Amino acid sequence: MSSSLHECCLKRSEAIRNEFPMLSVVENGHPMVYFNNAATAMTPKSVINAMTEYYEEYGVNIARGVDAIGYRATHLFEATRVKVADFLGAERSDSVVFTRGTTAALNLVCSSFGNLVVEAGDEIIVSGGEHHANYIPWQQLAKNKGAQLVLAELDEDGKVTPEALQKAMTPKTKLVALFHISNVMGAVHDVKALAKVAHDGGAYFVCDGAQGIVHDQINVVETDVDFYAFSGHKLFGPTGVGVLYGKYDLLKRMPPIEFGGEMISLVDVYDTTFADPPHRFEAGTMPIAEVIGLGKAIDYVNRYGYCAMQRRVEYLTSIAVEKLQAQPNVTIYNPHNYASGIICFNIEGIHPHDAAGIYDREGISLRAGHHCSQPMMRELKQFATLRASLAFYNTEEEVERFVEATEMAGDFLDILF
Amino acid sequence: MSKQRKWQVISLTYSSNQSQKDNSANAQLFKKIIMDHYRNPRNKGLVEDDEYVTIFLRNPSCGDDLTVQVKANGDKIESIRQYGTGCSICCSSASMMSELLASKTLTEAAQLINQFYLMVEAKPYDEEALGDAISLQGVAKLPQRIKCATLGWKACEEALGKIQEEQADDSASK
Repeated sequence: MSSSLHECCLKRSEAIRNEFPMLSVVENGHPMVYFNNAATAMTPKSVINAMTEYYEEYGVNIARGVDAIGYRATHLFEATRVKVADFLGAERSDSVVFTRGTTAALNLVCSSFGNLVVEAGDEIIVSGGEHHANYIPWQQLAKNKGAQLVLAELDEDGKVTPEALQKAMTPKTKLVALFHISNVMGAVHDVKALAKVAHDGGAYFVCDGAQGIVHDQINVVETDVDFYAFSGHKLFGPTGVGVLYGKYDLLKRMPPIEFGGEMISLVDVYDTTFADPPHRFEAGTMPIAEVIGLGKAIDYVNRYGYCAMQRRVEYLTSIAVEKLQAQPNVTIYNPHNYASGIICFNIEGIHPHDAAGIYDREGISLRAGHHCSQPMMRELKQFATLRASLAFYNTEEEVERFVEATEMAGDFLDILF
Repeated sequence: MSKQRKWQVISLTYSSNQSQKDNSANAQLFKKIIMDHYRNPRNKGLVEDDEYVTIFLRNPSCGDDLTVQVKANGDKIESIRQYGTGCSICCSSASMMSELLASKTLTEAAQLINQFYLMVEAKPYDEEALGDAISLQGVAKLPQRIKCATLGWKACEEALGKIQEEQADDSASK
């Protein structure tokens, strides 16, 4: 790289980092290195400001009454629905339901739609690489209905190939629920091909987009998924808000699972007619500030661009993998999956929690444990692993500090003294 | 463990005017003790014996799990077994617990468990009573690791409770 280009990149990187207040936090006396982005990403100032503005200028309830200030809140809330629909490539905004997050979205599909269509003797296909949020709901539904939970086989990258899904399909398969990108292995699914296999076999296709939404632009129409779920806080937005996209005709068939305000059409003495989707599924006061914040996070991603973000994530992940691989005692379980920014690894002879203590001392935030995916830990034959997950705002220097801390991991008892 | 080392551990004192050198010597000694229990765990491995009360505990957030078995004869603990997977703090602590509490009375054991809790919560405690377990006193400044250090002790505490319940039931039915 020429020096002027290098300088230009550094300046740009600095400007980006300044937009994220959390990136200047000091942890244990060191500038924090945040490598836990797959758990929750940092939030830019524009998102924080939009939420503050709501609370300071028009922080009232939505869709109630006819006052101007209430109209402003309602308008911005509903405008975000349109923004989300555009972001997902959805044809209509009323196929976007706001939820508390991916977990709530997947539980909604399962409790309402799953409960409606799955019968005794049916089969539900998931994979061993699912997050618990896309595993337990289906496991419990199968158990309650007398249906069978079937695990599609994972390849060595930790993903289900269309061929493997085909192999798992039977005439009894009613529904397939798979991740878009795995939160442990960072494997990327060919969502379009998998949805086609499911549909060709007469099954519905549910996609957990919690990680996928961050790294791989989804088009729900092109991929033809029936449902797609994601969270705001992994997409540089606020916590407490997420989205369930569903094909409108399917949403229309689904009964509500929560009852209360704003989800009704007519409440009679002994019966109630429910509102149409999406409001049918949004009972009570919604996280209004968070929805508005999510809209700003989408603006942020659109402004930066998936392509530029991904180039950065893949570049940083590739150098981190290369440097870790140079250490003889490090085992990387997903050495080929750069796209997610996720590096799943262990240091020989050192328990992940012991190693995490050293990273923490050095001001490096990453994840140690089973990553809410005990089935995946069984596949890896590990009790727990370390997981570093990088975002576009991370830097080469941070990767360097992470690698240096890895070299110190053997001194894990030092943190006690 | 050699008598020599046991004596060293018990005789350590921690006054505020302790020199830097002593601190670092303590740290080295404590690290050695912890690693010794981690690499050569005491009373490791479970037994199939109805006379043992078995308690399984886990830290769901990190995946550590631990089984502790306690056998009592009247008021006295006869044997403690432990087996599990976890980090160095969790495993070494369970080993230290099994060594310290075996052969104590149920009341003494309960008091020692309480002393250990006080230590990791940075409260005043009887350091002479805790044997090797005082090497884990640094956990007091790592609140996020208290749950690792106390897992084995909690399992034993539960086992003691169960033993006392069973003994009460037995004497009631007699």
